[in-house]
Amino acid sequence: MASLSRGDVEHVAHLARLGLTDDEVERLQGQLNHILDQYAKLTALDTDAIAPTAQTIELESILRDDEPRPSFSVDQALANAPETHEGRVVVAAILGGD
Amino acid sequence: MSGDLTRLTAHAMAVALRSGETSSADLAAAHLGRIEAEDHGLHAWLAVDPPAVLAAAREADAALARARAEGPAALAALHPLHGVPVALKDLVSVRGMQCTAGSRILEGYRAPYDAHVTERLRAAGAVILGKTNMDEFAMGSSTEHSAYGPTSNPWDLDRVPGGSSGGSAAAVAAFETPLALGTDTGGSIRQPGSLCGIVGMKPTYGRVSRYGIVAYASSLDQVGPFARDVRDAAALLHAIAGRDARDSTSAPVPVPDGLLHLPASDDEAAAGLRGLRLGLPREYFVEGTEAGTEARLREAVAVLEASGAHVDEVSLPHTDYGLAAYYIVAPAEASANLARYDGIRYGLSVRVGDVLGDYLATRGRGFGPEAKRRIMLGTYALSAGYYEAFYGKAQKVRTLIKGDFDAVWASGVDAIVAPTSPTVAWKLGAKLDDPVAMYLSDACTLPVNMAGLPGVSIPAGLSDGLPVGLQLIGRPWSELDLLRIARGYEGITATAAWRTVEPHGLAELRAVGCPTPTERAAALGAGDR
Repeated sequence: MASLSRGDVEHVAHLARLGLTDDEVERLQGQLNHILDQYAKLTALDTDAIAPTAQTIELESILRDDEPRPSFSVDQALANAPETHEGRVVVAAILGGD
Repeated sequence: MSGDLTRLTAHAMAVALRSGETSSADLAAAHLGRIEAEDHGLHAWLAVDPPAVLAAAREADAALARARAEGPAALAALHPLHGVPVALKDLVSVRGMQCTAGSRILEGYRAPYDAHVTERLRAAGAVILGKTNMDEFAMGSSTEHSAYGPTSNPWDLDRVPGGSSGGSAAAVAAFETPLALGTDTGGSIRQPGSLCGIVGMKPTYGRVSRYGIVAYASSLDQVGPFARDVRDAAALLHAIAGRDARDSTSAPVPVPDGLLHLPASDDEAAAGLRGLRLGLPREYFVEGTEAGTEARLREAVAVLEASGAHVDEVSLPHTDYGLAAYYIVAPAEASANLARYDGIRYGLSVRVGDVLGDYLATRGRGFGPEAKRRIMLGTYALSAGYYEAFYGKAQKVRTLIKGDFDAVWASGVDAIVAPTSPTVAWKLGAKLDDPVAMYLSDACTLPVNMAGLPGVSIPAGLSDGLPVGLQLIGRPWSELDLLRIARGYEGITATAAWRTVEPHGLAELRAVGCPTPTERAAALGAGDR
């Protein structure tokens, strides 16, 4: 099975938006490769004719009526936000410039 | 009422509340007193708010007084949990309370609403005692992955309580609460129940709404009860189970009232075992199963047979693939669920000046080592080029695992009996450096989650003075049948000598200057990296 290089670990960390220290990258490389080794067992199993299972209960397309219901006030929704401004969440600028 | 109120079962509390022998306020005060005096050395709790607890208890007492004035019918209409204290794992939302999920990234967050199970407990009149410790985002088997420090096992304070719902299990075992809720994604209720010598049940996937529960792996997570006996666990399940429109995976399956009427008599309970067909899966005595665990299991099987149950060996041939498949499916779902922690809307926020930098810094600092491992595994397993090889493959293996159980049910077996955990509780730190060894402790529980089935762990004796759990696994929606069997086993072993043994750590917890689990772990050289 695949083996992760240091560059692979850094790439996956970037995809996951995880800022890792050099030490963490090194430890994770060893640990993840050890865990991936355990996955190798699955390749021995012939599953070509097997359908995947995503969930186990026989419920499908559960819908409910689209009726308006009470929800949070703006204050409630923002109560946990680290930084707010005039009823909005403050985020760093995504596009460059002032 | 004379005597220590914290030693009562919830059903005994219910009787005493109705007769007026005790009050909900007295029950709350007794448990708060024990937590205050003894939790220093156990660290089962992350949040307890005594004034709020006492206020809720007084409200329950007022409702009791009104019912008593109205007459016997009104008193009988109260739920058995009315006025009884319940602990919640710190990933169950309670409006206005912290909900850390054991993580730094949710430090300071206050839940803006009640989880469905919280609403149901309030409606039943239960008194929410506080929030219990857990592995970060329910990822772990020892509660050592909590960002707020580990919890000890009441049976030996140098050992882990199991996990991830270790705080809930330890609190129940140490008489700090009669009842607690946990969540079980791969064994996180049953395994700590086993290691702490109490009853813990994972219901059928879809039995209990997940609305307001911090998500780990959404196709596997279920909420379930901890208690010191089977009747109490059944009553707590009854209170929380049932369809909720806000969780589309909660099933419109009726919740049987029989959960409130399990036999009180040991003999009547034991009589229900006659003629049952039980299956003992040969693959569940996995590599690394301790001799003492296997011995207690074989003895339990002998006792069940002596009571008229037929126990036959059965085969679940894909068991050996369960661990690998689980550790693809669960981290994959976790990596998606944990993407929401962005440091913008709630929780820890580390600002460095640009959006990407904020994400990296917040998540890098906010998540602990096990959460990072699983986010990395899941992200990798779902990434371009690897999806089919990992996630697709694991979902097919999931089909095979489920098929194993279906074949056993089709053969006429009523329930499966198996070990809950291959081992008894281990020393703090013993498995922290080896994630794969830690994962192996869930080998007997996680196939049940993969198949969406109900499972319950009940105490089945001691090995070297530490609890061993017996796991019962049933068909979908068979919780009542499973709990009847569990109650039957409880009945036939009611006078067993091991049932009179108390957790050995209780006396030490009362001592002044009892070390904290963090101090014990340091003395044992434990460190998570």
